[in-house]
Amino acid sequence: MTKAPEPLRVDLPLEAATALALRAGQALRLFGEMFTARDAAHARLMEALTAGEPLPFDLAGALIYYCGPTPGPPPRPIGAAGPTTSSRMDKYTPALYRAGVRATLGKGERTRAVREACREFGGLYLITVGGAGALLGSRVLSAEVVAYPDLGPEAVRRLVVADFPAWVAYDAHGGSLFPADSDLPGAG
Amino acid sequence: MRMLLTSDIAPRVAALCRRLNLLLPPDVQEALSRARDRESSPRAREVLDLLLENTQVAATEGLPLCQDTGMVVVFAEVGEDVCLRGSLQAAVDAGVAEAYRQSFLRPSVLADPLRRDSNTGDNTPAILHWEQVPGNRLTLHVAAKGGGSENQSALWLLSPSQGREGIVAGIVERIREAGGRPCPPLVLGVGLGGNFETAPLLAKKALFRPLGQPSPDPELADLEAEILQRVNETGVGPLGLGGDTTALAVHVLSAPCHLATLPVALNVQCHAARHATVVI
Repeated sequence: MTKAPEPLRVDLPLEAATALALRAGQALRLFGEMFTARDAAHARLMEALTAGEPLPFDLAGALIYYCGPTPGPPPRPIGAAGPTTSSRMDKYTPALYRAGVRATLGKGERTRAVREACREFGGLYLITVGGAGALLGSRVLSAEVVAYPDLGPEAVRRLVVADFPAWVAYDAHGGSLFPADSDLPGAG
Repeated sequence: MRMLLTSDIAPRVAALCRRLNLLLPPDVQEALSRARDRESSPRAREVLDLLLENTQVAATEGLPLCQDTGMVVVFAEVGEDVCLRGSLQAAVDAGVAEAYRQSFLRPSVLADPLRRDSNTGDNTPAILHWEQVPGNRLTLHVAAKGGGSENQSALWLLSPSQGREGIVAGIVERIREAGGRPCPPLVLGVGLGGNFETAPLLAKKALFRPLGQPSPDPELADLEAEILQRVNETGVGPLGLGGDTTALAVHVLSAPCHLATLPVALNVQCHAARHATVVI
């Protein structure tokens, strides 16, 4: 039986050059800062972006994680913290890459527009293990709400993670990890 | 006639909701382990290993298996010789609220589907279905159903001429299109027959059957095996990354239907198939 290749350690926020160097299929272990945002937070971020209002965190180089965690039983900073389905955010994502976001993290295939935005803006779409909430929550070192506390589990949180498993699903060159995308040009 | 106070039910529901969210049922755990041992794709094996590790972390650290701690669905079987005093919905909701508020589970219910700005805060209301059965017992089948997999579910009102092949092809195509979004490996609940509202109910109910237990009807058991094989031949695999394991099980329930119709409902369940039963 063949073994899966060893994962690569990557520090966050991602450098532009690192994002360009990574290819679809690469297994990663993430260390550093990411921001959670899902459906409701995306709607608000887009409103602010469209209106030219200040955003609650600096998008430049940021990684947005599609996650609505469970509350952390004390003394834990967070409870279960796995990914939600990325495609629900597709409508907003190209504009966020354009505004400087370097990577998004979630689960599942996305529209072609997202893949093209990765190529155009040097961005990445990463995936992690859907349904492994306990495991992923245990890799979060700290969590603080930085925006929209009224959204409860959908508030924007700044997380610091260590040894957080992920894969490059879409790279900055048109490559995709998903077999379902293999009919599209540039698939890797 | 046996008198049951619904106020005695809430603590049982609360305990079940806590357990459901932290401990994967043994039938699902075994199905995942077996899939891991059979899987030929290295990446799929890596994913299945992480899912099995997740069940250990959840159990030992007391964390929910998944951050989507679901909307609670209850099928109540009320014995014909049972007299319920009080509201069963209120009792179930009280149990759900206690578990979700006090056990650090995520409240995932919005009060208004259109405005979407108000979380009920305690994961209520639960979705409650009733059925009368012989006997003097009350049985509650409880599930915590996630939203991502629910989104990939479907209802078809087929023409009878589409027959068995129409049923199988529709389901297989749906799962192929869903890809990694519903968190495969999946459990598929299929409702055949009934009508527009009962086919989905059968599909949901089918998810409560223990994994690995085929339909007692040989023809339906054969249909389950065919759907499972063809869904796994799609190669969608765990997380949609390719592999042999797209579904762990397919469960079909059927009911009589109108001679002009062939209703087919598919309820998609992620690998965190959190279901449990309590008999009161």
